[in-house]
Amino acid sequence: MAELRIEDIIKPENIVFKKTKLFTDKPLSYCPGCGHGVVHRLVLEVIEEMGIEAETIGIAPVGCSVLAYEFMNIDMVQAPHGRAPALATGIKRIHTEKFVFTYQGDGDLAAIGTAETIHACNRGENIAIIFINNGIYGMTGGQMAPTTLPGMQSSTSPYGRDVETMGHPMKITELVSNLPGTRFVARHAVHTPALVRKTKKAIRKAFENQKENKGLSFVEVVSNCNSGWKMSPVESNKWLAENMLPFYELGTLKDE
Amino acid sequence: MTQEIIIAGFGGQGVLSMGKIMAYSGVMQDMEVSWMPSYGPEMRGGTANVTVILSNERISSPILQTFDTAIILNQQSMDKFEEKIKPGGTLIYDSNGIFNLPTRKDINIYHIPAAKEAGKIGNIKTFNMIVLGGFLKIFPIVEMDNVIKGLKKSLPERHHKLIPMNEEAIKRGLGVVETIQTV
Amino acid sequence: MGELRLMKGNEAIAEGFIRAGVDAYYGYPITPQSEVMEYLMLEQPEKKTGMVVLQAESELAAINMVYGAACTGKKAVTSSSSPGISLMQEGFSYIAGSEVPAVVLNVARGGPGLGDIQPAQSDYFQSVKGGGHGDYRQIVLAPSSVQEMYDFVSIAFDLAYKYRIMVLILSDGAIGQMMEKVVLGDQIPRMTNQEIKDKYDSWAITGRTPGREHNVITSLDLDQENLERHNHHLQAKYREIVEKEVVFEEYAIEDAEYLMIAYGTSARICHKAVQLGREKGIKVGLFRPITLWPFPDKRIKELSNQVKGILSVEMSAGQMIEDIMLAVESKIKVEHFGRYGGVVHSPEEVVIALETKIIGG
Repeated sequence: MAELRIEDIIKPENIVFKKTKLFTDKPLSYCPGCGHGVVHRLVLEVIEEMGIEAETIGIAPVGCSVLAYEFMNIDMVQAPHGRAPALATGIKRIHTEKFVFTYQGDGDLAAIGTAETIHACNRGENIAIIFINNGIYGMTGGQMAPTTLPGMQSSTSPYGRDVETMGHPMKITELVSNLPGTRFVARHAVHTPALVRKTKKAIRKAFENQKENKGLSFVEVVSNCNSGWKMSPVESNKWLAENMLPFYELGTLKDE
Repeated sequence: MTQEIIIAGFGGQGVLSMGKIMAYSGVMQDMEVSWMPSYGPEMRGGTANVTVILSNERISSPILQTFDTAIILNQQSMDKFEEKIKPGGTLIYDSNGIFNLPTRKDINIYHIPAAKEAGKIGNIKTFNMIVLGGFLKIFPIVEMDNVIKGLKKSLPERHHKLIPMNEEAIKRGLGVVETIQTV
Repeated sequence: MGELRLMKGNEAIAEGFIRAGVDAYYGYPITPQSEVMEYLMLEQPEKKTGMVVLQAESELAAINMVYGAACTGKKAVTSSSSPGISLMQEGFSYIAGSEVPAVVLNVARGGPGLGDIQPAQSDYFQSVKGGGHGDYRQIVLAPSSVQEMYDFVSIAFDLAYKYRIMVLILSDGAIGQMMEKVVLGDQIPRMTNQEIKDKYDSWAITGRTPGREHNVITSLDLDQENLERHNHHLQAKYREIVEKEVVFEEYAIEDAEYLMIAYGTSARICHKAVQLGREKGIKVGLFRPITLWPFPDKRIKELSNQVKGILSVEMSAGQMIEDIMLAVESKIKVEHFGRYGGVVHSPEEVVIALETKIIGG
């Protein structure tokens, strides 16, 4: 049998998976097993498929995805903590022809940036908000988030979140779906291939809605934080399915 | 020529708008002007006052401690501003609502029965224009044509139908001002 | 000669925003500057020039809307008064760090805290020393008339774009609320998207043009060596501004034996105080910094060789005096005078302060 050479394997017809064109060459800084990389990819695939990379402006938050602009090969600005929807508003109002999206975590969007989130939604800014909810502050080392589940441990709720003293986890997605300014509000997840495909469809819709001037689209992705949750990636996905999803139910909350 | 004027009374008496018309009249006559109001919550029903400066030179301070002329339309303002008139300066007041009449001997004092006259016209809103007429009688520093132009400029278009009535009120003011004392 | 109007300072600057070809105003109401947004909403510049006017949910949101718009190379502006400006400091620091051009108006009022709504100059430190975090500067222009409220808009934007820096127009309640004559200039057209691409494609996030790298606007650099280099670059820029952009005005300086230094409303009051002082036979002049940062310290140092004493007059407990003292290097007497907390000193009070603190003191 002839020796199998690498050149015989690396051929275009054999490619089954490749880096999305709009990713930069920078290695992702996210922990292995984290959902951020998948959602980044979905956003970039949508932009690429729609052919809108020259018309898209992204806004990175403070949090784990603070460096999103290092990986996404599109024009981006990094916002002060929580203010991404305000920046998006400022941009979109004078660039009505552009596609503007924010990419925010739960602390950024639902704690420090609650006012900016709610008011951008309420004004019906014609933007897309991509919201990653992993129930914890990942970047700063696993502190309690507004979305941390009751009883869930974090470095600032080491005995579990006591809702009596620490407040209840906030379902901000339900909250914004009640505002007349939002047109499309959905909650998805990315821990199974089928759910990844559904999430991508929702993100695509959020961008398509902008094209049609429909108003604000809000896509929450319930994700894991295996490091912050102190679990293996596999364990964390299992925990997510068993604990996060009963509380944060998946589905489309609003589609007008 | 520089005239440093304080107009003071209750909010709602048209103090600020009288000052504005005065300032706009000055602009129409190619003078330098400034209009510096008291502002904020105290305006809502409380006292209101405005400093108006009309001058042929560049105006330095828009905020003043002493005045050439004080136009005083309530007791609180009399208590506050009578003493702030420069010696040899002028006080113009309406006795309606004023219990303690001015006592200074070193200033010119004039009385303008504007509230009474506005009652005769049948429109209390002409009150401030009657007062303005009184001022113009004593200090004809701005020509009547320019006052009317100033009135037009400071009123929104939709209120221009009121100009003839205001002009009439200014003319009444010219006629009814009374000299109390001159120095 | 342009169009002549009688306007409040707040209205004049709002008209200035429109005529300077500003793309967006984002603001939040606060006394004594609410007329700025009220005027813009009434004028509807969107119909004339396409300028966007939006009432934000807070000053925090407003400055971040400005930040976003400025990142795209557009002319963006906001206005507020002291407590609102405090809230905006986060945005100022980001704008400085990421080097985008922006213009902000502060119609200052009495403080600290909620304070009152009367004119004050107690935001000097915050304005010129930096109220936000980090080693940064912003250019600070101090208008002292309604005309200057209008005129400084274009000057501010020119500087903002020239240096990719924030320019703060530091006014106060007196200048905002008073009416004076204003000569309005012609409408400057808004920059087209193509002009912005042509001029600012090296940094503005306008959408990644095919063939160029993606533009990123950020103030973050987790590599401390890189961040130090970035700070060196900022400091070099600030030194250039100090070298080139100092502006001031002098009055009755030639034979002056005493000097008043004041800006904004206080400079107007001191103008009168100089006249009153000279009527009394005091040879006093007025020096008025127009740029508070960069501060005109070289000229003040020169003047300190001519005069016997300096009275720093400010509607504060004494803030600018620190910069004056640094400039004169303790060679002559420098004293502060000013009413504050919203009280405005009179020209007469200033003359008395000059006589007691400097001449007799």
